[in-house]
Amino acid sequence: MLSRWLPFEKPLVEIEEQIDEIKRLSTSDGIDTASRQKLMDKIEQLESHKREVMRRVYSDLGPWDKVQMARHPKRPYSLDFIGALCTDWVELHGDRAFGDDGAIVAGFARFRGRPIAIVGNQKGRDLKERQARNFGQPSPEGLRKAGRVMEMAARFGRPILSLVDTPGAACSPAAEERGISEAIAHSQMLMSGLKVPILVAIIGEGCSGGAIATALGDRVLMLEHSYYSVISPEACASILFRDPAKAPVTSQQLKITAQDALRLKVIEEIVPEPLGGAHRDLPTMGKNLGDALERHLEELLRLSGDDLIEARYQRFRKLGDFDEPEREFQPELNGHA
Amino acid sequence: MVRPANLEPIQGRMQEIPANLMLKCSGCGAMLVTKDYVRDLRVCPRCGHHGRMGARERIDLLTEGFQEWDKDLTPRDPLTFPEYLPKRSSAQIKTGENDSILSGAATLNGRPIAIAASDFAFMGGSMGSVFGEKITRLFERALKERRPVITATSTGGARMQEGLMSLMQMAKTSAAVGRLREAGVPFISLLTDPSMAGVQASFASLGDLLVAEPGAMIGFTGARVIEQNLRIKLPRDFQSAEFQMAHGQIDIIVPRAKLKDELGQILSLLLD
Ligand SMILES: [Zn+2]
Repeated sequence: MLSRWLPFEKPLVEIEEQIDEIKRLSTSDGIDTASRQKLMDKIEQLESHKREVMRRVYSDLGPWDKVQMARHPKRPYSLDFIGALCTDWVELHGDRAFGDDGAIVAGFARFRGRPIAIVGNQKGRDLKERQARNFGQPSPEGLRKAGRVMEMAARFGRPILSLVDTPGAACSPAAEERGISEAIAHSQMLMSGLKVPILVAIIGEGCSGGAIATALGDRVLMLEHSYYSVISPEACASILFRDPAKAPVTSQQLKITAQDALRLKVIEEIVPEPLGGAHRDLPTMGKNLGDALERHLEELLRLSGDDLIEARYQRFRKLGDFDEPEREFQPELNGHA
Repeated sequence: MVRPANLEPIQGRMQEIPANLMLKCSGCGAMLVTKDYVRDLRVCPRCGHHGRMGARERIDLLTEGFQEWDKDLTPRDPLTFPEYLPKRSSAQIKTGENDSILSGAATLNGRPIAIAASDFAFMGGSMGSVFGEKITRLFERALKERRPVITATSTGGARMQEGLMSLMQMAKTSAAVGRLREAGVPFISLLTDPSMAGVQASFASLGDLLVAEPGAMIGFTGARVIEQNLRIKLPRDFQSAEFQMAHGQIDIIVPRAKLKDELGQILSLLLD
C-alpha cells in the first residue's frame, strides 16, 4: 500500500496507519471506559503530530516534489473534478471523423446551477484504464472532439471550462499520421475566437503542446501543486544531460511550478490545495477551485463576446520577454511582461 | 542583466568561407564543390537532396527587395536558464543575426507580401519570445496592409531555454493567424527541413496552404523519441514531406528551384 504514496508522504501515512490501528482497538468489544479514553487521547496526540508533519512537508515542496504531486496516482483527475464541481454531467463522444479519444473527455454539465461546457484531459486509474486513456495524452481526434464541443458551446452561449492534466500530446506514429501538430495548432486558433468565457484550470500536469492545445482561455488558474511547462523535465534532461534521470535538476531550471507561472504572469491565480494535496480532500479541493472559477466567471460574464475575444487575444499577445530599443515609430509596446 | 550586444546582421555565413571548398551531401554522400552547391540552391545534383538554407538566403530565393521589420528585437533570459546566454551568443556570432527568425516586407513577382524565415543554424531555429513576437507582428501588420503572408520554417520547435514564455508563443502566434484568416488575407506556410514540434503545432500548421520542400521532415514528436518511447523501428521516410502528403497533412511538395514561381502562381490564383 505504501508504494502508492510518495517518499515524502511516508511518515504521514505511517502516522495515519497508527491512528487507524488505535481506532480499531478503541472500538473493539469489551474495552472499558478508562482504557478507551486513554486510546482517544493517544489518537488526538497523533492527529496533532500529523498536522504538524504535514505543515512542515507541504509548505516546502520543491519543483520536483510538485511534479510528483501532480502525477500522484491518487490525484483527482478531470472526471473527479467534474463530479466534485458539477451536476447533470453529460459526456459527448467522438470527433465525427475518426474516433473517440479516451484521453479527452468533453460534454456539458451544470456548474453551481449554470449550464457550461467542459473539456478535460483524462488519465486512467488502473493499468487497463490508463492504457485506454493513453495516460492522458490527447490524440488528434481527442482535440478535434474538444474543438467540436467548444464550438457547440459558443453556438449555445455556454461558458467553457477546460481542465488541463496531460504529460504531453500523444507520441505515436498514428498521432503523427492523423496530424497531431495541426490538431494542437487548430485548437488554439479555435479557442482564440470563441465568443464565450473560457476558464482554464491546470489541475495536475500541464506539459507542452498537449497542454497549451486546450489552455487558451480568458483566465488560467493552477492548483497549488500542479506544474506547467514547455517540455517535460525528463525530455529536457535527455537533451541537456542525455539522461532523463536528471529530471529533478531540469524541473528546477525550467521554472514550472504554479508559483513560477504566476511570477511570469502566465496564469492569473493559484488555487490552494488542502493540506497534503488535492488527493487528500477532494471536497475541499473542489470547493476551492469552484469558488475561484465562479469568481472569474462572474467577471467574464459581464463582457460582450467581442470584448472577450479581444481581451483574450491581448492576454496572450503581451506574453513574451525581449528587449527593443525605443524608436519613434513603434507600432505596439509589448513584451516587457 | 548581462546581454550580448545588438549584433549588426552580416551577409553570408561562417560555414561558407572559401576554406570549405568541398562538402559532403547528407543525402547520398557525394562530394560536392561548395561554390557549385550554393549556386545550385543547396540541392544535390546527384540525388536531389535539399540542404538547409539560412534565413536571408531563403528570403532572397523567394522574394525581391526585402525590407526587414523589427530587427532590433533581442532576446532576454526570462528563466536565467543555465548556458542559455553563451549558447545564444555563439549562435549570434555564427549567423550574424539577433535571433532565429527574420521577418519583413518584400515583393514576390512584383506583388507586395510579408515574409518570415527561421534559421536552423540559430539554436535549431527555435521559437522563443523574439521569434513569437516577430511572427505575431508580421501577421498583424500584414493584416493591416493586406499583404499575403509566407512563412518559411526550419525549426526544432519551441525554445526550451525560455520555458513557459516559449510555450505562450504558440498560443500567441496561433491566435494571430486566426485574425488573419478572418480578414481573408492569405497565408502560405512553407515547410522546409525540419519543421517540428512547437512551431509545427502552432502557426506553421495553420497556413491556408501548407507547401513543403521535397524530403523535409515535418511533424510533432521527433522520430527518434517515438522510437525510444514505443520501442519500435520507424521507416526512413517517416514524417518526410512525401509521407505527410500521403497522409493528407500537406497540400503540395515543390522542388526548391520551382518554389518562387509556384508560390507566385498560388497567390495569383487566390487573389487576382
Ligand atoms: Zn546527394
